[in-house]
Amino acid sequence: MTIDWSWISDHTDDLTTLTVSHLQAALSAVLFGLLISLPLAVVAHRVRPLRGFLLGLSNVLFTIPSIAVFVLLLPVSGLTRTTTVIGLTIYTLVVLLRNTVEGLDSVPTKTKEAAKAMGTRPLRTLLTVEFPLALPVIMAGVRIATVMSISLVSVATYIGDGGLGQLFTDGFQRNFPTPVIVGVVLTLLLAVVADAALVAVQYALTPWTRRRA
Amino acid sequence: MYELFKNLGDWLTSGEQWAGPDGIATRLAEHLQYSLLATLIAAAIGLPLGLLIGHTGKGAFVAINLSSFGRALPTVGLVVLVFLASGLSMWPVYVALVALAVPAIVTNTYAGMTAVDPDVKDAARGQGMRGHQVLFQVELPLALPLIMTGLRLALIQVVATATIAAYVSFGGLGRYVFDGLAQRDLVQVMGGAVLVAVVAIALDLALSALQRVLFRHRTA
Repeated sequence: MTIDWSWISDHTDDLTTLTVSHLQAALSAVLFGLLISLPLAVVAHRVRPLRGFLLGLSNVLFTIPSIAVFVLLLPVSGLTRTTTVIGLTIYTLVVLLRNTVEGLDSVPTKTKEAAKAMGTRPLRTLLTVEFPLALPVIMAGVRIATVMSISLVSVATYIGDGGLGQLFTDGFQRNFPTPVIVGVVLTLLLAVVADAALVAVQYALTPWTRRRA
Repeated sequence: MYELFKNLGDWLTSGEQWAGPDGIATRLAEHLQYSLLATLIAAAIGLPLGLLIGHTGKGAFVAINLSSFGRALPTVGLVVLVFLASGLSMWPVYVALVALAVPAIVTNTYAGMTAVDPDVKDAARGQGMRGHQVLFQVELPLALPLIMTGLRLALIQVVATATIAAYVSFGGLGRYVFDGLAQRDLVQVMGGAVLVAVVAIALDLALSALQRVLFRHRTA
């Protein structure tokens, strides 16, 4: 199995387009996943009976195979980018929801009581006290969800999308390994770069965590 | 929409669909064979590795990074790559499924081992137990619930992913998904997808029931 380097230099434009489209699908999924799981996590954190139900539901969704999720969405949204993003979003939910609930749980009661005693309103306490303190745990979830989504985008190649995953189908159909190797390497690189970027974001957002050290 | 679900119901329940060499029963058996064998191989690799890392405390860096590497590795790409390298054999399927399952098993085994109370380990050593005795008689039993969780997680992912065996011309329930996609037969595609999901959920429930029976004396 040899790499055809000239194929790579001939296709840099295509590779850039696919990489951008790949990243776009993964990041949209994480963004929608956050938009859905942040409010749901607040509900699960405050209303105990709903907690088991919501976490259990996201666990069940996770057991459905990714290709099956995409396929089951076909009657709803067809062979489109929307299907890819909805499918990936469903997968991010299990990680994001669990981590956000755990993050909110980890905020010390005394801190919340102090905020209350100072006359801070509940919504303001949530936004300026609880979420920032829960951020390290939430960000750990965001990192896992992002890496997972980046790897899963390629499954959507079966429904005609899939970003870099298209290189796998292409290489398979033409019995030509180069695009497949390039696709795997670029996916891994994207995951590493995105993860490092998220670590940097977290570092910038939580200055108080490093004052102690 | 209603029509689709009615056809899907017919497809899943008709006798002729279940019988024969490409019937659901055969595909189901193939799917289970790929999944269980791959998970067994992965356990044979992952369990000793996780136990060793957890017991010695060496190589924790490997255990942690292996899990994110495993998450990042695109399975579809791996299958195609091994297929192109090895030709028509079962290698691509098993390599990809084992590669998917090993990180989940190693990291959960390692997590189970590190969660064992250090005082308990010290007490075991203080009683004169040797290294391997501490590992097999103290650490392993205490870490078992988390190890089981890792095996369950691995099996679910493997069952879901074994669908791709059909992509490189093998059997299993993925056959319906890929044949259906090629023939633009949505009912067949959805039938295959539903079956895979049902198998994954059923195995997960069965294992969690088994786990409850095995560890019922532990629950507080």
